[in-house]
Amino acid sequence: MSILTATGVEVTYPGSGRPVRAVAGVDLAVEPGEVLGLVGESGCGKSSLARALVGLVAPTAGTVVFDSQPVEALRRRARPVAQRRLQMVFQDPYSSLNARRRVGDQIADALRLAGGGGRRRAPAAVGALLERVGLDPAMQTRYPHEFSGGQRQRVAVARALAADPSVIVADEPISALDASAQAQVANLLVGLARTEGVAVVFISHDLAIVRQVADRTAVMYLGTVVEVGPTATLWEDPQHPYTRALIDAVPTPDGSGRLPADLPGDVPDPAAPPSGCRFHPRCPLVTPDCSSWEPVLRVQEPGHAAACILAPDRGAPDRSTTGVPS
Amino acid sequence: MTAPLLEVSGLRVRLPSRTGAMLPAVDGVDLTVHAGEVLGVAGESGSGKTMTALATLGLLPHGARTDGSIRLAGRELLTLSDKQLRSVRGREVAMVAQDPRTALHPMLSIERQLTEHLRHHHGVGRKAARDEAADLLDQVRIPDPRAALARYPHEFSGGMRQRIAIASALAARPSLLIADEPTTALDVTVQAGILRLLDRLRRERGLAVLIITHDLGVLSSIADRLVVMYAGRVVESGTTADVLASARHPYTHGLLDALPEGGSAAMRPIPGSPPALGAVPSGCPFHPRCASARDTCAADVPALLQIAPGRLSACPVDPYAPVREVVS
Repeated sequence: MSILTATGVEVTYPGSGRPVRAVAGVDLAVEPGEVLGLVGESGCGKSSLARALVGLVAPTAGTVVFDSQPVEALRRRARPVAQRRLQMVFQDPYSSLNARRRVGDQIADALRLAGGGGRRRAPAAVGALLERVGLDPAMQTRYPHEFSGGQRQRVAVARALAADPSVIVADEPISALDASAQAQVANLLVGLARTEGVAVVFISHDLAIVRQVADRTAVMYLGTVVEVGPTATLWEDPQHPYTRALIDAVPTPDGSGRLPADLPGDVPDPAAPPSGCRFHPRCPLVTPDCSSWEPVLRVQEPGHAAACILAPDRGAPDRSTTGVPS
Repeated sequence: MTAPLLEVSGLRVRLPSRTGAMLPAVDGVDLTVHAGEVLGVAGESGSGKTMTALATLGLLPHGARTDGSIRLAGRELLTLSDKQLRSVRGREVAMVAQDPRTALHPMLSIERQLTEHLRHHHGVGRKAARDEAADLLDQVRIPDPRAALARYPHEFSGGMRQRIAIASALAARPSLLIADEPTTALDVTVQAGILRLLDRLRRERGLAVLIITHDLGVLSSIADRLVVMYAGRVVESGTTADVLASARHPYTHGLLDALPEGGSAAMRPIPGSPPALGAVPSGCPFHPRCASARDTCAADVPALLQIAPGRLSACPVDPYAPVREVVS
């Protein structure tokens, strides 16, 4: 059974003019112990979706269910007990950690909140958490500025681990780090999934990293998931032109001098999305029907779905393809 | 071969610490960039990449000391007055920094920011300057460039602001563009567009580009030659194809191994972290993190030596040297 499920999730922010629908109806299921990559350009709604998944924003429509319980939007009080094992790691460990408190104290707070015993046992438990993320337990008396960027992000992961999470939603956890530190933090999160069964939602604009770490990948464009499937399949044989364009834009460090392919245009204003397929104004394969028909996710093969007029339903050959205009 | 446009030799930059001691941030760097050439500088944070760039622009933090030589089109920059340097920055060298939020003045219209250089440094009239600015915005693919000129930075997305920052750097018609992590904060799609733009400018205008980034994929796609820096020194250099396809220095190898390759091979990070300013290890600065290190590595600072035509490496152990055929 899925540990975290989003059904028809929409997130709308009131704008100065029209309200902005940052997430426009997303269905997503996260299985225990898997790494689910979530990719897309800035403005595609991946961070808003992440926040809705952990209850940091209330969806304007749809539901999020964690461990068979609906996720309630957080208020000013602590996270409800039922959601403690749903944790988030943010992009910038400089701002997600308190600069004026020792990291050990911050992790101890998280342990206390999670009901992990009193003050006295804290140092040993904190040390154990630091060891789990590959840091020296003696570092708990240090302040965040005494750590490198990658180490600080590992402290943030240790703090999330204090709640014994079954899901960690990590929003761009490595994009503020050097290449070598990126690998360390990415390997750490994947290790948690592989060895401890923690499901990780790994949000990143770096496709090369997601290709490496994610079991499955969901591609978002302008508030909707346009393709989802096993990472290897998605990468080898993408069915949505947007997925193809993202992959082709990734430069490869092979010394070949090949320039990455360009995808002209910007993500449109989510307050005024294009009609029909939201990608059609930028799509290299656009057809005359694309501006009037809004594609839905259709099964390509088991576990792989794409929302494109050129990707007909291949999941159920006995059923007539639904939703295609005649 | 023609003389290089930019010639940095023996550059040393020392920065004051809180206690007043002078700490070496750049420790004897040589590099050259020719007109129309893209030189990539790679390395982790703290390797001295950005300080090398800032020294070239005369924009080092207050109290920094610089030694060595930086020649632009044959003219020594390190001995110029502040006023003369300002003129060089306005006309000959421009910089694009990583953060598009700080590169543009929030209170000035895009037109003002893009035409100021042309009008002040090149004496171009208002209308001609506006036409050129609109053309630049079009080249960096800002939709409706004429209307964009009347707008302010906050009205644009981060990716668009970075493209406008690049347009504003190019507005000065520089012969050398220094780009410090110009695409790191951007989406791959926007990044691809900017790399293509830089490539076109160097081919069409002979623009020389010094691009600094830790992203070897970016360097692979655009740089002709690569310089890999560690702890303020150059550890390896050569053509991009040679350095990436057959890296010789263990640090370069480490950077490549840390990258995702696709498939199931795990990314292998370099153990440890780069040294902090003022805490550079003795001998080869990389030896505490190096799998190939020997006892001698902690003792002597290795010289940057020619290992093949156009190839330099600073590793006496040279564990990645091509295997020679043993003739018996």
